[in-house]
Amino acid sequence: MLTCKQFLQELTDFLDETVSPEERRKLEDHISACPNCWVIADTTKKTIQVYKCSEPVSLPEGVKQRLMAALERKCASDKRAPSDG
Amino acid sequence: MLLWDLAAPTEIFDETALVAQARQGDMAAFTQLVERYERKIFRLAQNITQNREDAEDVMQDAFLKAYEHLGGFEGNSKFYTWLVRIAVNESLMKLRKRKWDKTVWLDEPVETGDDVVVREIAVWEDNPEERYGRDELQDILDKAIQSLPPIYRSVFVLRDIEELSIEETAKALDLTVPAVKSRLLRARLQLRDKLTGFFKKKVEDPFAYL
Repeated sequence: MLTCKQFLQELTDFLDETVSPEERRKLEDHISACPNCWVIADTTKKTIQVYKCSEPVSLPEGVKQRLMAALERKCASDKRAPSDG
Repeated sequence: MLLWDLAAPTEIFDETALVAQARQGDMAAFTQLVERYERKIFRLAQNITQNREDAEDVMQDAFLKAYEHLGGFEGNSKFYTWLVRIAVNESLMKLRKRKWDKTVWLDEPVETGDDVVVREIAVWEDNPEERYGRDELQDILDKAIQSLPPIYRSVFVLRDIEELSIEETAKALDLTVPAVKSRLLRARLQLRDKLTGFFKKKVEDPFAYL
């Protein structure tokens, strides 16, 4: 049986499902017998989910326009560059 | 769906073709790339710098640099991963310029062993986010992430918010895979700990149901 410390060290791979089937069985055996680690795994999983579900913020007003204006200036200066040189 | 999705019947969904056209100086193609990723890049910059003005600068500078160096983009990684790498570097430069955060070096060693933070162990509500309004929830999430040291915050943002793979995150931050995993574990556990205060089940005995 894994210790709680060993379980926590494998938590990232466990949650990302990148452990081997054998390792996964050991980790699942541990949480089925250890309520604390079950709660930690469950709440860490929910932590990741709640951030994944957060929408990208809207761009502040004017930011997009400034970016496009800067790109157009850049593009125009690139086109001028050969004849300038 | 965004307006530009509906208004652009000629939009190219094949990103490789889009990047190829942009490399030949097609500004319309590059604009499509901007529109595809601008909000994600802004969110990433906002999350890493924790400053709105810096995030605006980072977004602008990242796209300008991407446009400028598109010829050097080798195409052996996804355009988005390449763009993220530029935006991360710009974000870290902003952080380093700020007096309050002189210690932003991603390769600084993290303590190993017993510094894994698990302070509170309590069961959460089934849908904890439903307890709060949208803005209030966002505020809770923002404050929690803001409290992480930059070395953990950057890894969490790339892996768990922007959904890069561990390997892509390592590449974007110039870290090894084990270093990413180690920081990610600590970031996830620290955030879990902070959010537990807001999302735990409101019962006297949190293990009552077990």
